[in-house]
Amino acid sequence: MPYDYRPFPYVAPPGLNGPEPRHKVIIVGAGPVGLALAIDLANHGVPSVVLDDNNVVSVGSRAICWSKRSLEILDRLGVGEQAVTKGVTWKVGRTFHRDAEVFNFDLLPEAGHKMPAFVNLQQYYVEEYLVARAQALPLIDLRFKNKVVGVAQHGSHASVTVETPDGSYALEAEWVVACDGARSPLRGMLGLDFDGELFEERFLIADIEMQRDGVPERWFWFEPEFHAGQSALLHKQPDNIYRIDLQLGWDANPEAERQPERVIPRIAKVVGHADFRLDWVSVYTFQCRRLTRFVEDRVIFIGDAAHVVSPFGARGGNGGLQDVDALGWRLAAVVLGSAPPDALAAFDRERCFGADENILNSARSTRFMSPEPGVERLFRDAVLDLAGRADFARPMVNSGRLSRPCVYPMPDAPDVAALPAASRPGAVAPDAPLGNGWLCEALGRGFVLLGCGVDVPKVAGTTPLRVVGGAEIRARYLGDAAGAVYLVRPDQVVAARWLAPAAAEVAATLRAVQEGRL
Amino acid sequence: MSLNTQPNIADADGFYAALLAAHRGLTEAESHAMNARLVLVLANHVGSRAVLDQALALARGESRP
Ligand SMILES: Cc1cc2nc3c(=O)[nH]c(=O)nc-3n(C[C@H](O)[C@H](O)[C@H](O)COP(=O)(O)OP(=O)(O)OC[C@H]3O[C@@H](n4cnc5c(N)ncnc54)[C@H](O)[C@@H]3O)c2cc1C
Repeated sequence: MPYDYRPFPYVAPPGLNGPEPRHKVIIVGAGPVGLALAIDLANHGVPSVVLDDNNVVSVGSRAICWSKRSLEILDRLGVGEQAVTKGVTWKVGRTFHRDAEVFNFDLLPEAGHKMPAFVNLQQYYVEEYLVARAQALPLIDLRFKNKVVGVAQHGSHASVTVETPDGSYALEAEWVVACDGARSPLRGMLGLDFDGELFEERFLIADIEMQRDGVPERWFWFEPEFHAGQSALLHKQPDNIYRIDLQLGWDANPEAERQPERVIPRIAKVVGHADFRLDWVSVYTFQCRRLTRFVEDRVIFIGDAAHVVSPFGARGGNGGLQDVDALGWRLAAVVLGSAPPDALAAFDRERCFGADENILNSARSTRFMSPEPGVERLFRDAVLDLAGRADFARPMVNSGRLSRPCVYPMPDAPDVAALPAASRPGAVAPDAPLGNGWLCEALGRGFVLLGCGVDVPKVAGTTPLRVVGGAEIRARYLGDAAGAVYLVRPDQVVAARWLAPAAAEVAATLRAVQEGRL
Repeated sequence: MSLNTQPNIADADGFYAALLAAHRGLTEAESHAMNARLVLVLANHVGSRAVLDQALALARGESRP
């Protein structure tokens, strides 16, 4: 069954009849990133107005692979379990050269985590769930068919001009967050540079509906018999929908390649029959670029508006949700007056680092798939050729390095080197079973002072959480130590850890983190 | 560890001859491809990134031992 695109109702905004009071936060764009930010801010008690030029969810599925970290974030936003229930869970990827398997990976070899390594779920479902959640929250004012056509900075606030079916109006807010996607009109309006690499290679991306048995794994081919000289990908989504990516070469004609009479025979060769329904087709070239900085006075950029990557590591949507994670609690604290605006510099620093890591990985994968003629091609083919004969070459085969949360560099954070590396400062606090639930469910509201096997000091602004070590807590938080204390941020990132800290030490660290100094 | 740039192959003339022999009968394109594979095989054997970086610099003519 094709997805039922139900338009969301447009309601004439109050601003058409007279100026609205200055808002706290305006979010431009109700894609996955803008919606997630609105919900995260609401969870922290901050209201927002969300403006979207459209009135339906993502047309065509686009993002399909949602990482464990994204699922944990979505869980905190109230839609994680829905996403996992509907989604297709997978963790194994296989890469073939011609007909032989040359490399495979298992993304979650260890047990004891609430969320799986990855689920595949069409972007329209994720947006549908987020819209429903946002509409249920009184702090969120979600306005469809409200297109932002102008933006201006005013030192202590910013304003936007909005077009609606009933005319245009102006709106002010202390902060405007641009979540308006890869073509970001706001980026253009502010004249910001968006630098990086463009890959000439064209890819056909299609979703088809068909019946097919077998385990849902990510299958990627280099130079398969059915698509000579190019690469191909096959991946299952819910509702018997399969994603197919076919590399077309740089000289392919996108208009011609999109036509069903061209697409259907190509796909029939991949799946071995023509018994399928074409759900969505598009032809893309990919880019890896980012803004030089993400905070521009009172306008903040996140998601595709701030950075774009090629999709082979599933780092676009997943990276965008990590932006939300790093921004939400900080912006909430600034708006509520408990942190200075300078604290946002830490968001900028962390997410530029994250974007660079995503761009690096995505660009390398894209380059491996579509090497420049000459020496790039020579080494790419050498790796593929050797991979069939020598183990060492197998991990060099690069069909995408799938999204993992980055570990933020925190060289000045209090740390104990002997504790496990997995939970070092800058890393997302690893999940573990906790009573009848999960550790990740107990983290992520405010700051948590987590005592593993020991009591924690009383520190204003933190919630104490004392856990007794099961095997997973021991392996992920203690190692050989008898006890340890972790300061965990509202985005579940470890800010610092000690064996037995004094309250004053924790309080000083907390202040440094809140002010963006750590 | 640092890159060994001192003579290290016992029978250097013999190895040189073997290298040429391995390319015999190959077209220029095939020879390039074989060299690329050889570089990867040897690089993996060396393993150390520091040593490999020194080797890259030496081969490019950017450093003198
Ligand atoms: C083929 C393909 C496959 C992909 N696969 C994956 C994957 O597997 N995993 C993954 O994580 N990511 C994937 N991505 C990337 C993912 O789709 C994007 O990173 C994600 O959509 C970014 O979300 P966003 O909210 O930042 O932007 P968008 O989803 O683009 O949303 C932007 C929103 O802003 C609105 N808007 C634009 N201009 C205005 C305006 N002037 N006024 C008001 N509203 C405006 C738009 O209508 C839209 O709703 C894929 C992308 C493609 C193209």
